[in-house]
Amino acid sequence: MTRQPQLLVHDHRDNVGVVVVENLKSGTDILGVVTEDNSEIHAVCNQDVPIGHKVALRDLAVGDSVTKYGQDIGRVVAPIRRGDHVHTHNLKTKRW
Amino acid sequence: MATAKRTIWAYRRENGRVGVRNYVVILPLDDISNAASEAVAAHIKGTIALPHAYGRLQFGEDLELHFRTMIGTGANPNVAACIVIGIEPQWTQRVVEGIAKTGKPVAGFSIEGNGDIATVAAASRKAKEFVHFATGKVREECPLTDLWVAAKCGESDTTTGLASCPTVGNMYDKLVPAGLYGCFGETSELTGAEHLAAARAATPEIADKFMRTWTAYQRDVIEAHKTSDLSDSQPTKGNIAGGLTTIEEKALGNLEKIGKQVRFIDVLQPAEAPSHGPGLYFMDTSSAAAECCTLQAAAGYVVHCFPTGQGNVIGNPIMPVIKISGNPRTVRTMSEHIDVDVSGIVRREMTIAQAGDALIETIVQTANGRFTAAEALGHREFVMTKLYRSA
Repeated sequence: MTRQPQLLVHDHRDNVGVVVVENLKSGTDILGVVTEDNSEIHAVCNQDVPIGHKVALRDLAVGDSVTKYGQDIGRVVAPIRRGDHVHTHNLKTKRW
Repeated sequence: MATAKRTIWAYRRENGRVGVRNYVVILPLDDISNAASEAVAAHIKGTIALPHAYGRLQFGEDLELHFRTMIGTGANPNVAACIVIGIEPQWTQRVVEGIAKTGKPVAGFSIEGNGDIATVAAASRKAKEFVHFATGKVREECPLTDLWVAAKCGESDTTTGLASCPTVGNMYDKLVPAGLYGCFGETSELTGAEHLAAARAATPEIADKFMRTWTAYQRDVIEAHKTSDLSDSQPTKGNIAGGLTTIEEKALGNLEKIGKQVRFIDVLQPAEAPSHGPGLYFMDTSSAAAECCTLQAAAGYVVHCFPTGQGNVIGNPIMPVIKISGNPRTVRTMSEHIDVDVSGIVRREMTIAQAGDALIETIVQTANGRFTAAEALGHREFVMTKLYRSA
């Protein structure tokens, strides 16, 4: 790997990735890696996003499903743009 | 496979099981016997008391779980010998007889009619004998795959699913086919990944048993008692701070602990000892760290692998708990708690397979007697699972 990735994505079907560096600032042109095959992706984050938190890889509308590990991890409850921080303010469980 | 041929230096017990620690346990049967048990442990060096909150007026399945946990704890191969102290002789004797089936030295003492002081004196004399017995034991060379190694993750975050849980999964994929006993649990915390968990059962019958167990937990525990969407408990505040948003996301990361290939061969009740030979087992447990570890130790597991993202500090009094973290911030800010740093995975400097090998190396060192971080820091969380209120 030439450069350390700032974002890791489990699966090509995923519409979010995980920030794996500290102090990621809004406007950063992010290098992401899809761990299943080491392919690279790029995105620009729209907010400061803490390590471990998610960034959207595409625009998502209310009611859409968020996909991670290639699996459904919940429903979108506020509109999300590519590059947005995805967390409890815009994503909820479909269970209990 | 080279790792599968590794050996460890451990204690071969009377029943053939392999232990990696050599405790003389002073086990209170019930809450009111804690004081006498702790007095014996304070008096006789080389013993350890395991105080807890329960054991009185329990009944039915909850009482059976209490006995299973008590007997299983005393029977664990990391325990060389055991003193049981209870208020009444009958239940005390039931635990003594259960532990005695292993062939290890065990003796029971009851307080009623004797008082704490006479009980402590008699139990101390026996405990001293047991300490001489235990400290006379010598470690022997044993196959690494004779170990029973349990897993459970805690204070998880998104790095858990990327790094530390896949590390444990890689270890299981390498060692379970060679004869290791494995165990994962956390019934509620598979919610969102239950279909994937069921698909990893060895047979359709075991998958059905898993789904019945998972569904019963949803119905009888979660749905029966919840007052909200559990957004403060599952995921926890720590999980959310670490970037996990939903139970589905947490569960998918959790399930990475069982690797890519190995299949589970039975569904165990809480604290039930596996009885179908070497392999991976699922145990129906709470997802609370101390409860789950206590149940796995009571089932006979002697080493524990604990992936953490945000930094859970759990230990267990009789089973060494190895902490694995892939969060670069946690391994920096909480370094004293982390045994295996796999943060190289998220920097793409380390592969999952390399991390699995590093974990196996730490398991070998731990089995040989090296303290884990939790042992050095004195973490001895012993927490019994209680199913419902006492009579």
